[in-house]
Amino acid sequence: MKFTFFNLMPWPHLPDGFREKHRSVWVDLPNAMYDPLEGNRVYHEYMDQLEYAESLGFDGIGVNEHHQNGYGLMPSPNIIAAGLARRTSRAAIAVIGNSIALYNPPIRVAEEFAMLDVISGGRLLAGFPVGTPMDTNFCYGQIPALTRDKYYEAHDLIMRAWREREPFAFDGKYTQLRHVNLWPRPIQQPHPPIYIPGGGSVETWEWCARMDYNYSYLSFGGYLAGQAMLEGFYEHVAKLNKDESPYRSAFAQVIAVADTDQEAEELYAEHILYFFNRCLHVYPGFSDPPGYRTIKTIQGGKLDQLRAEAQREYATLTWKNLVERGFVIAGSPATVRERCEDMIKRLHVGHIFCLLQSGNMPDWKTRKSTKLFAEKVMPHLRDLWPDWKGDDRWWCKPYDARVRPEETFPGGERDVRAHAARKV
Amino acid sequence: MAERSIETRRGIKCRVREAGRGEPLLFLHGAGGLFASEPLLDALAERFHVFAPTWPGFGAEAGEEALEDMLDFTLHGWDVVEALGLVRPLLVGHSLGGMIAAEMAAVNNASVEKLALIAPAGVWLDAHPIPDMFAMTPFELPGYLFADAKAGEALLTSGLDMKNNEALKNFMVANSRRLGTAGKLLFPIPNRRFSKRAYRVSAKTLICWGNQDRLIPPVYAEAWQRLISQAEIARIEGAGHMITLEKPAELAAALAKFLA
Repeated sequence: MKFTFFNLMPWPHLPDGFREKHRSVWVDLPNAMYDPLEGNRVYHEYMDQLEYAESLGFDGIGVNEHHQNGYGLMPSPNIIAAGLARRTSRAAIAVIGNSIALYNPPIRVAEEFAMLDVISGGRLLAGFPVGTPMDTNFCYGQIPALTRDKYYEAHDLIMRAWREREPFAFDGKYTQLRHVNLWPRPIQQPHPPIYIPGGGSVETWEWCARMDYNYSYLSFGGYLAGQAMLEGFYEHVAKLNKDESPYRSAFAQVIAVADTDQEAEELYAEHILYFFNRCLHVYPGFSDPPGYRTIKTIQGGKLDQLRAEAQREYATLTWKNLVERGFVIAGSPATVRERCEDMIKRLHVGHIFCLLQSGNMPDWKTRKSTKLFAEKVMPHLRDLWPDWKGDDRWWCKPYDARVRPEETFPGGERDVRAHAARKV
Repeated sequence: MAERSIETRRGIKCRVREAGRGEPLLFLHGAGGLFASEPLLDALAERFHVFAPTWPGFGAEAGEEALEDMLDFTLHGWDVVEALGLVRPLLVGHSLGGMIAAEMAAVNNASVEKLALIAPAGVWLDAHPIPDMFAMTPFELPGYLFADAKAGEALLTSGLDMKNNEALKNFMVANSRRLGTAGKLLFPIPNRRFSKRAYRVSAKTLICWGNQDRLIPPVYAEAWQRLISQAEIARIEGAGHMITLEKPAELAAALAKFLA
């Protein structure tokens, strides 16, 4: 199993009565509510937590992209990842990811991801989301019915740019470039592992399975509701006669660990409820513009229920609901171990994105929960997939002589090649 | 009204409603598509030979993937005229259909003598932003589309059984196709730069607007009039954006007077 500590970077000061006063946490929340000076403190706190997670032994540290969003303060996850690449040395840097249909030309993403991979010494996991309608359509103005088409074209361009060693011309419908010639190119060859965060569209299941990309189901609906999505994905894996490695998929889960079940509720309930009750307050008109979802997906119908009902429910969820229905895995290390094992086996996943920071959780609580998870939960879950031991097809392949911040070289010299030669 | 199928030179199949006798009149529907009952068309058919094609994405036939940008939609309009064998038809369009009709008249100005635009989309005024239709829930929509929201709601959902899941799913699929297609011209800002091409419109033009239009406010009538060289305005009292459904008799009278 691989565990990645994820931080969504929520704004921790959405006031009481926020739901009544504002129709949405996302898209049109007035930025008067954002205080840049407090923002300075918040960014550093969250980035410190990501670095702390590496020191505790998490396999990866993760960031993602949202726009005009009160619970996701990373319009550019690459900026955060660049900071992390400098200050960490071992953990995978999971950027899940860049919404490639938004960048013009999308070659920008190929360049920045290559920069991150080179700076980090080959530690990048490269995520390509289609992006939520809130981000992609309402904040960044993409036409819903053309978003997927543009996304696939951007994907083709980026992958080709990473592979080619000679300049080439690209005549796309959305992007035309006379000279595509990537400088720099990534350390990981032919490219970093690809993660596709999916909502649950039928086409994405088939595509991920066919392309051998990791299908990452990112929702806040918990693992009980997520089961149908992962099953849908693995059905397509089986249909294509691919092996059913659990490392083909990833799942995001809100987790909170304390010394006892009781203490978990006392310490974390208010912050996790802040997340569900306030941070997920999205205006329904923003969540599903006509044309964004394909007809097949609407006909599949799974997503409808999940979304529409979840939207209404988030407002009224109690701690008891959250825990019982698996939205949150919380409790003593023993409780969390047991439920995580259940989640991992049910979903058949090899990667967990651990949402250990939640809502307006203060730093010390996040660290306590994270530390307990790393020390008392993670070690017991490592070998749940003995048949797939060593399957690292979806993990980064760092260059082992890369520059590490904790290492100094003789004479202050930072010559990677010389260092590598000495090692041999 | 009778309905038949045609196939355009491009190979797109579409259904066309047809009724009446007299001068040919091509009617282009708005983003909601053609409704089961279109009293405006019935009224116009008393004076004209009315043709009302269903746009790709708005009916049972597939083919909307072929239409991606303003030029694709505009040429499809002329392809339909050709497939119907019409010569210089009177051109009438409502909302999204008005946007397309105006483009058709700009691109192929020699073939349009008279043009009627009913609350057309396609022009944007910073001082009067048009509300974002794509971010509206089905419950909010009638308030923007009709002068009388309550009556409008009944018109929009007539025949839909909200408790029947299968019916609801079919409605969602149809709605997603319709508005997904409309979004190619209207999202995120309903402006594909017609204003740059408006100088080419040589047709005599009537601009009709409902006084209670809360989707595209009536002030847009003057903006269109400024863009088109020979344009007059007809205002309809007691009508919102869906004048075609709310005041069909009054609208038909204004159109007939202008087109005759």
